[in-house]
Amino acid sequence: METDTMRVLHHPILGELGQDDYVEIIVDGKKLQAKSGETIAAALMANGIHIHRYTTKKHEPRGVFCGIGQCTDCVMTVNGKPNVRTCITPVEDGMVIETQQGFGKRGTKE
Amino acid sequence: MKREVVIIGGGPAGLAAAIEAKKDGCDVLLVDENRRAGGQLFKQLHKFFGSRAHRAGVRGIDIGKQLLQETEELGIDFWLNSACIGIFPDKRAAVLRDGKTEIIEAEKLLLCTGGAENPLRFPGWTLPGVMGAGAAQTMANVQRVLPGKRILMIGSGNVGVIVAYQLLQAGADVVGIVEGMPKIGAYGVHAAKIRRAGIPFYLGSTIAEAKGTDHVEKAVIAKFENGQIVKGTEMETDVDVICVAVGLRPLSELAQMAGVQHDFIPEMGGWMPLHNADMETSVPGIYVAGDTAGVEEASTAMDEGRLAAAAAAEALGHLTKEQAEEKKAEIRERLDSLRQGPFGDRRMAAKERIIKKGV
Repeated sequence: METDTMRVLHHPILGELGQDDYVEIIVDGKKLQAKSGETIAAALMANGIHIHRYTTKKHEPRGVFCGIGQCTDCVMTVNGKPNVRTCITPVEDGMVIETQQGFGKRGTKE
Repeated sequence: MKREVVIIGGGPAGLAAAIEAKKDGCDVLLVDENRRAGGQLFKQLHKFFGSRAHRAGVRGIDIGKQLLQETEELGIDFWLNSACIGIFPDKRAAVLRDGKTEIIEAEKLLLCTGGAENPLRFPGWTLPGVMGAGAAQTMANVQRVLPGKRILMIGSGNVGVIVAYQLLQAGADVVGIVEGMPKIGAYGVHAAKIRRAGIPFYLGSTIAEAKGTDHVEKAVIAKFENGQIVKGTEMETDVDVICVAVGLRPLSELAQMAGVQHDFIPEMGGWMPLHNADMETSVPGIYVAGDTAGVEEASTAMDEGRLAAAAAAEALGHLTKEQAEEKKAEIRERLDSLRQGPFGDRRMAAKERIIKKGV
């Protein structure tokens, strides 16, 4: 699983990565493992997903840019709600996350 | 709801301000939009500079823990997950909390909303994989996920050099640091770590392009002279992340909404709210501190927070003029000592200019 290759398991200052609980998130219909408490953006990155949305006019991909909730480049549709800043929103078990197209559409949670 | 001192932003400036104001006897409400306070302290794994009073030699992450512990011990009223979305006349702050907007009437309002990284525009700059150095730092040090395996850093200031080293510590390969100027911008002690790790500095160079379809695959760097890319010097390298560390700017939207007088101060990151020697702005009772009041360091941010808090406590009558003057003089002395040397001199001069402008 790609999760293990991108996660920082050992760190000279922070020490070993704790054995936290994992939760299941559903990204574009696919079930993925995420660490409990981490942000959506971190979970996606650990799973090798870098495209969060496509722009409205030119349909260009966008990903994480600022990582602290300021730039809104990383927004996605989460549980049917568009424009959720994934870099500061923690994952929850069963969360439904979708790559956002343009400004996004308000949908319903499955 | 009425409160004496309302502090927006729980980073180093806001936390230090809250602690000072509370100790001085103020009723304090601290508001932060994140689910954890500490601002960007928790991604700072390096040891800070300054004197012992500034906790020099202590890592940012540990300073963050100490500040949080102190706010807890003092029983400071702390609203997390609460975003201040507007400032209305008479120092009324609109705070979005649990899906509802609450209006808080503040006697003294302190804005410590920090700064944000500057972007750099070049062909391919919007591709996923091009990100702020701070974003990569958050990912690696807080979330503990590497943003990529082969990383190029643009900018050799302290942020670029420190983050490059921390990405290396987290297990990534840093292929180089690109710097437009002819010399390295960071402190020698940080740059030396990069040198020892064998990471090349490309001085007098810039990023010409990020290539890739859905994600960064290659970076093109080239020589940079007189503000122009030198044709024929382009060099291509395989990367999956390009980090941009080209300075920060003050986040002062709330101060702008409040009608605070701003000016363009290049040394402090550009447009920023003007303030006096007490950190008070042109709107009486509204104070600024930390990166909002000009981008500097976490240690200066903490002392600016304390300075604003002591001034507010004095204005509210919790400190006598003598008590406040003594406190403020001590803090100002520490701030002066932080604004020394080749890096600090410019900031010191800028701050003096700001205060001289008057508000």
